[in-house]
Amino acid sequence: MDSYDTPELTPRQDASSRLKDFFIGATPLQKRLESVRKQTSFIATPPRRKIPQGSQLQEDVDPQKFAFLLHKQWTLYSLTPLYKFSYTNFKEYSKLLNAFIAAEKQKGLAVEVGDDFNIKVIFSTLMGLKGTQRDPEAFLVQILSKSQLPSEHKEEKVLWTGWFCCVFGDSLLETVSEDFTCLPLFLANGAETNTAIIGTWFQKTFDCYFRPLAVNAFNLSWMAAMWTACKMDHYMATTELLWSVPCSPHSLDISYAIHPEDAKALWDSVHKTPGEVTQEEVDLFMDCLYSHFHRHFKIHLSATRLVRVSTSVASAHTDGKIKILCPKYLIGVLAYLTELAVFQIE
Amino acid sequence: MSSQKKVNSWARRRTSQGSSSYQTRLSAWRVKEDLSDSKSISKRGQNNTVEDYEGADDQAEDALQIALRYFEKGPIKTSQSKEKHLKTVENVAWKNGLAPEGIDILLSVALSGKFGSAVNTRIFKCIIPVTLISEDSVVKAVSWLCAGKCSGSTKVLFYRWLVAMFDFIDHKEQINLLYGFFFASLQDDALCPYVCHLLYLLTKKENVKPFRVRKLLDLQAKMGMQPHLQALLSLYKFFVPTLISVSLPMRKKIYFKNSENLWKTALLALRSRNQGFPSEPLKLMLANVHPIKRNWNSHSIIPVLNSCNYSKESRKKRMNLSDYFSSNGSFPLEQLKSFPQLLQNIHCLELPSQMGAVLNSSLLLHYINCVRDESVLLRLYHWLSQTLQEECIWYKVNNYDHGKEFANFLDTILRAECFLQEGFYSCEAFLYKSLPLWDGLCCRSQFLQLVSWIPFSSFSEVKPLLFDHLSRLFFTSSIFFKCSVLQCLKELLQNWLLWLSMDIHVKSVRNSPLETTLGGSMNSVSELIHYVGWLSTTAVRLESNHTFLLHFILDFYEKVCDIYINYNLPLVVVFPPGVFYPALLSLDSSILNQLCYIMDRYHKNLTAAKKNEFVHKTKSEFSFSSKTYQEFNQYLTAMVGCLWTSKPFQKGLSIDPEILGNASVAEYKKSLNLVHHPAFLSYTVSFLLQECPEERKVNMSSIRGKKWNWYLDYLFSEGLHGLKHFIRSSIHRSSVP
Repeated sequence: MDSYDTPELTPRQDASSRLKDFFIGATPLQKRLESVRKQTSFIATPPRRKIPQGSQLQEDVDPQKFAFLLHKQWTLYSLTPLYKFSYTNFKEYSKLLNAFIAAEKQKGLAVEVGDDFNIKVIFSTLMGLKGTQRDPEAFLVQILSKSQLPSEHKEEKVLWTGWFCCVFGDSLLETVSEDFTCLPLFLANGAETNTAIIGTWFQKTFDCYFRPLAVNAFNLSWMAAMWTACKMDHYMATTELLWSVPCSPHSLDISYAIHPEDAKALWDSVHKTPGEVTQEEVDLFMDCLYSHFHRHFKIHLSATRLVRVSTSVASAHTDGKIKILCPKYLIGVLAYLTELAVFQIE
Repeated sequence: MSSQKKVNSWARRRTSQGSSSYQTRLSAWRVKEDLSDSKSISKRGQNNTVEDYEGADDQAEDALQIALRYFEKGPIKTSQSKEKHLKTVENVAWKNGLAPEGIDILLSVALSGKFGSAVNTRIFKCIIPVTLISEDSVVKAVSWLCAGKCSGSTKVLFYRWLVAMFDFIDHKEQINLLYGFFFASLQDDALCPYVCHLLYLLTKKENVKPFRVRKLLDLQAKMGMQPHLQALLSLYKFFVPTLISVSLPMRKKIYFKNSENLWKTALLALRSRNQGFPSEPLKLMLANVHPIKRNWNSHSIIPVLNSCNYSKESRKKRMNLSDYFSSNGSFPLEQLKSFPQLLQNIHCLELPSQMGAVLNSSLLLHYINCVRDESVLLRLYHWLSQTLQEECIWYKVNNYDHGKEFANFLDTILRAECFLQEGFYSCEAFLYKSLPLWDGLCCRSQFLQLVSWIPFSSFSEVKPLLFDHLSRLFFTSSIFFKCSVLQCLKELLQNWLLWLSMDIHVKSVRNSPLETTLGGSMNSVSELIHYVGWLSTTAVRLESNHTFLLHFILDFYEKVCDIYINYNLPLVVVFPPGVFYPALLSLDSSILNQLCYIMDRYHKNLTAAKKNEFVHKTKSEFSFSSKTYQEFNQYLTAMVGCLWTSKPFQKGLSIDPEILGNASVAEYKKSLNLVHHPAFLSYTVSFLLQECPEERKVNMSSIRGKKWNWYLDYLFSEGLHGLKHFIRSSIHRSSVP
């Protein structure tokens, strides 16, 4: 740290302009602060949200295109806007990231000479994976292992996958300038060490910041309600909620499985506003589940902690893991996750 | 080429030692720990006497010189002194390192074979530089190798030492000239791995020759696939791919034997000494606790200063030669060392790839201060607010291990804010989120300082987000906490005032829309002052007029009373009765003195305001309400009534005389004047005793008339300057009672 002994050297020449900006609320920074203030002073989440609708993807997008994103467990991260990121430089990015990974992996060894590190990095856009026209395009990063021997049939194994997206991220988009690309939600699948290396590269290259995105019990119950509310042609999995009781020596988990149609019936009985979910409805829905459980087992679930929600639409764990099952509601699920990510970076 | 070479060799070094850095760092930290007071301790251990530190230092230095001379001369038959001198050298070397001359001597001694190999080993282990090793010593040492006077094991030790200390040799050109000699030493089976490692560090492109390649391949054929040979071969292949046609296994992990084990802790101490990073090892010690987190943000919270590496790469590619000449090129951050440099290159400064790095560089903070580019500030904003939340120890459960680290981080931020004389928005946002969860203990001083740097804003808007939480903590915490909160609010007020007063001066030049909102900002400031008044009134009651607390409260009002004159801002807010009366009736003379000072300043400010108003009749926007004057006059009357005219509280105080009689203070009127006021009692008594020291009973009522004046002079001479100013400005001395 340098010594700061001469503060007089830096008079604030533009105090006036900053103050002016303050009163007008003109600068992006000021806008950000305003939105943080709003967020902190009122209840964190809006009291109502839309129930995910079926076909929000643009018409020219084939939902099967994103099938590979489903049925995989993703670890969630929030990500601040990327500085000077460009969709046209993917080739270069993959080369640089490849070199970076190679360098990181070789730490602790004498330098391995030659560029023959057996991985391949691919950047590609996920066209159409967004909520509005304003949302920037999502993109995908894959790390593939090259087959050892060229003679064998060229099968490349995916070692690690991560994707960046923004679905209905309007509130964030308003507060940054054009040098930035807002993709607040990052999802990774693969070894944590790889995520760390790749994340570090992104942080260094685009001056962004990754933070693990945990989902608290409050948001999990919203997920439970919203996903139960989704219309399904056929249910693929039972609805299951998991509570955790912190007690020693081992914590006690309580699993609560409901037939999805029963859950839907319960939801329909508490649901009033068409197309929307309100906070009261979520509370009521959960209270019904609690009281039912209490009637049978004399356990107050409300006194424990909700840690996992699994439905036919998706399943989410409190430590920030998600698995999306239903292609129809992919966008809907991502919209909510984007909202959580945006909230975290504000 | 040469700079590239430097990077190469550095990278190689790093990779060969990366394996167990955590442990070594920890021990380095310990070594550092006792660096501070080691000398006296070691001295004590030897001599069993506690000496003057300075003396101990000098003595150690002398002892070292004697020891070195002893070794230079060669062995004398008394082994006792040998042991003693060895110890001396070891102690100094391990604690502080040796100067280049000392190293020169010891290298010659160890390699000249004057002593046995046990002694040589010990000597080698303690050849540790203070900062650098001179190249000449190394060259001289190599010449000793040719003399053939030392054993094989000593040679091995020498090469290991050379590899370990490679980075600390000041130049390497001459050593590189000895490349052929080192290369020839590969023949020796015992030396081969270490010589390979040395060559690996030393090799430049021009050292790669066909005959050397042939020799290496021969050796490989003779000894089999040795990792050290392969490492060297692959380096050769990297430099001159055409020379080596053999395929080297690409994915084999190439290891050198770890040459530096012997000097590991010393090297780390050395490195931190050279870089001047005292706190880093501590961080790395903690790193093991949360490996995942550390993986991400490798070494410290604040990123290292790097200029934008990506853009550099891409620019290199796209720019052809003419571009290169036309643009005068950007100035890399790594070269930025001085303020004049910053001024010269401010237009073409290459910004750091991670903006957070500016926190560690005062030069870049200058830059940040005047930059107009909003994206720079946004990058800093995002990084800082996320890092604060991620590192905050009470924000997340189980994060308490990082307390020290977080506090250091906050200190760095605060230094930057203080340097810029401006708060960061991200810190304000962080306060919104973290203050409601704060226990009032963790990093208290840092956290409150963050509060004092909140950028100027509308108080009523910020109050529910911050100050309501703060007051809750304030009322439920100890008196010391209350005092620190008041202190921080005083600083906050000062920062706001400075900011606003700067602005007012600029205002007349620029035609900003501020004119209409100046009243708004004054409102915000006065709301802050009223908030503190409310806090103070309640706190005084809660802590039953505690003197310590009153001091902090009056400190705050010392700022408040001078706003009009000191900051040239149209605002005078008088303190609430809940502060004034407890201070007036305080038992402590310094409180009363401070109160007098503040009253005097209020008086001056209000007079100045009145005068100004009288002069500029037009500017009525900021005229003070008559209520302010009334309040002040009321206080003034009360004060003069108490202290001077002995007619206290003539208005408004109606206590039944009977009650006063029962409390035996029927004659209360005089009991608050300068003589009888409890705060001044001790002064009165010592004043009277001064006059007649033998007296057992003093007559306090004797102080009147002329004596009253003497008494006053006595009080002033005792340092009650506040009182002096107050009496001069508010009381006409003709009215001496």
